[in-house]
Amino acid sequence: MSTVHQDTGEPEAEVPDDPPTNRVYRRGDDSAVLRMSEAECAEIGNDPTTDEDDERVLLNMGPSHPSTHGVLRLMLEMEGETVLRSKPVVGYLHTGMEKQAEQLTYIQGCTNVTRMDYASPLFTELAFSLATEKLLGIEVPERATWIRMLMCELNRMASHLLFMATNGMDLGAVGMMIYGWREREEVLRFLEKVTGLRMNHNYIRPGGVAADLPDGWEADIERLLKLIPPRLEEYDILMTGQPIWRQRLQGVGVLNADEALALSATGPILRSTGLAWDLRRDDPYLAYAEVDFDVIVGSYGDCYDRYAIRLNEIRESMWIVEQILDNMPRGDYRVQDKKITPPPRVRIDQSMEALIHHFKIFTEGYKVPEGETYAAVESPRGELGVYMVSDGTSKPYRMHVRGPSFINVQTMPHLMQNGLIADGVAIISSIDPIMGEVDR
Amino acid sequence: MSDEAAAAEEAEPEADPPEQVETTTRYGALVEDSLGDTVLHTPVADYLDTASAAHGDGFALLVDLTAVDFLTYAGTRRLPDGVDPQRFEIVTSLFNTQSRERLRMRVQVPAEEPTVASMFDLWPGSEILEREVFDLFGIEFTDHPDMSRVLMPEDWVGHPLRKDYSVSSIPVQFKSASNVR
Amino acid sequence: MHLPGVGETGEILDDGLEGLEHNFLTGSVENLVRWARARSLWPATFGLACCAIEMMAAGTAHYDLARYGMEVFRASPRQADLMIVAGRVSQKVAPVLRQVYDQMMEPKWVISMGVCASSGGMFNNYAIVQGVDQIVPVDVYAPGCPPGPETLMHAIFTLHEQIQTGELLRRREASGSGAGIMIEQRDGQTAGLSIGS
Repeated sequence: MSTVHQDTGEPEAEVPDDPPTNRVYRRGDDSAVLRMSEAECAEIGNDPTTDEDDERVLLNMGPSHPSTHGVLRLMLEMEGETVLRSKPVVGYLHTGMEKQAEQLTYIQGCTNVTRMDYASPLFTELAFSLATEKLLGIEVPERATWIRMLMCELNRMASHLLFMATNGMDLGAVGMMIYGWREREEVLRFLEKVTGLRMNHNYIRPGGVAADLPDGWEADIERLLKLIPPRLEEYDILMTGQPIWRQRLQGVGVLNADEALALSATGPILRSTGLAWDLRRDDPYLAYAEVDFDVIVGSYGDCYDRYAIRLNEIRESMWIVEQILDNMPRGDYRVQDKKITPPPRVRIDQSMEALIHHFKIFTEGYKVPEGETYAAVESPRGELGVYMVSDGTSKPYRMHVRGPSFINVQTMPHLMQNGLIADGVAIISSIDPIMGEVDR
Repeated sequence: MSDEAAAAEEAEPEADPPEQVETTTRYGALVEDSLGDTVLHTPVADYLDTASAAHGDGFALLVDLTAVDFLTYAGTRRLPDGVDPQRFEIVTSLFNTQSRERLRMRVQVPAEEPTVASMFDLWPGSEILEREVFDLFGIEFTDHPDMSRVLMPEDWVGHPLRKDYSVSSIPVQFKSASNVR
Repeated sequence: MHLPGVGETGEILDDGLEGLEHNFLTGSVENLVRWARARSLWPATFGLACCAIEMMAAGTAHYDLARYGMEVFRASPRQADLMIVAGRVSQKVAPVLRQVYDQMMEPKWVISMGVCASSGGMFNNYAIVQGVDQIVPVDVYAPGCPPGPETLMHAIFTLHEQIQTGELLRRREASGSGAGIMIEQRDGQTAGLSIGS
């Protein structure tokens, strides 16, 4: 256990005093978060006054390391194998997407935001489109809404299968990597059939979706729904009941509900602590109020709960997809407003007006009325929101994406405190960060 | 425009003449309706107090904390009376976990003194969000546990998301490639 | 054809090398070295963004890089020959990339996977290095955003072929840095197939 130094921060009257909820409010050396700059860390190595018996090491993990979670760098203050404090260093994938969004029109905006969370790109496109539609004041046709729901739930399944695969591999079950990707390929095949791309689809656009579902999509969905459940049972056999898996994940990286809320963690991390918080239920968007599904909640707030929540969310998503299959309405797949929706290519040869609209939409872009708004969706990682400010021109004035992984990364030091470094790998994996969304 | 006492609930819309805009206050800040969202406009000096009042009223989840630079805003800034438009604006989004209500706070921050109170003691989750705002806009948060850059390298000069910082794109000439296998 | 038996060594020595042509493979040392280099490429993990997901997909069951001996992505650059730069290179990660490249042992090859690594892609701004060839010499550029596993494999086969024929080293000498081979995108070719249904 580390020696407790004098608390350097000023205590606030609002902070509760009992130890379990207090640790996330700590500012000084007794906090789980290592708040040192790189220069200070480099100095520690050169400090001649450190006691030789002191086993404390500052270890650097990343940004290039075999865990498949992208360019995350962790600075760990360790005593032997135990992690005392840690600091996640992010920014290695900072792409300037928010600045780039100010240079692109609204119809190009989705190509930009889709590359943030590259494991589930349709969610960011959806949030961007919802924010733009709020500013435009248009209403999307019912069929477009249901198509969006279908594609997003499939994307949630693909993202959670990716989590299963990488989580398994990080803990040593390398075969799980192969199994998880095998199922993911099936889902990606359907997504490719509908959107044309396996990833970064640019399919959900302001006004609706880019193209209607192709003929025979019902048969493809039914095939998927028959294929995946027995495979999920294989995962249950391979992982859920297995003693090694349980020992590695149960009791590791425990967080309680107050701490998670204080750290603004959302998604499976918050649900694993026992709080049933899911935007599809608590702040419904699209047509989620009309479909029936359960919100999966954990009880212990550990890595095992987060794994189990995501596994069962795949099953819930399949149940939602089945309901969408039964209830898909007919109609337009995008709003029929000539100023926003480009005309069909055939019309361009027939009508001058259609040609002009096509030209204006793709070169200058449509103008969005002034205003500011926030729209959020429940992505596989948590609450994914887009805050958009428009100044009446055809490009957003300010587009900010509330990336769930960016904020969930803050829970890392608290989860890793006093755990082993091997548990650290399990914890990073259970948070399931996607660095594109963290760094934007 | 009448200002009610602090912490009043939202007043019912009365049959007023259209020019007179209803201003109500909540937690001591002016309330505005923005496309269906409730927005509180609070001056910089009262920001922490308003946030504390909201936190005490059940807004346990800090959803987002970001900033906007209005230097090159092409439209007309429409703010309620009594709110002075400044160059920067801090936008804080909150969520009430009991009543499922969303709230947004907008604070005008002057360019000459870009300093705002930190929300760390109410919501520790604001730590990384405030670091991002500092990194990309240069707005400092007083009493923040670690006011350093998070996305850009530590020795970077300049604040990229400010409107006077250029996108720094390089001119590109598209040529067709021969010898493509 | 006469195959010498075990007891016939005396005869063989008397015959000289004429009876043994079917037991020897002859060739030049250069060809042998090129064959070994091409067929035992181990990639180093440098997956940065979306392209890393497609790179992982290329390594898993459906596209299977293991049949080319490449499914072991080495974490240690000392054990790797090939660096596949998969994803957008930001200003912060550029020195890290150079350090990992420098730690790799010769001979080493670089595939720039995706448009962001090849030229900065759609992100022409302050944060992204406009092409990883500004940092390391690139041998094959694979276009796509992201290039699917089929395009990545086309890039790998092109690299294999170029190493095998020696063309790569000639191109490197001519350019002074990487070979700079550009390939076309080849995705969507196996979308119709399905396994395990």
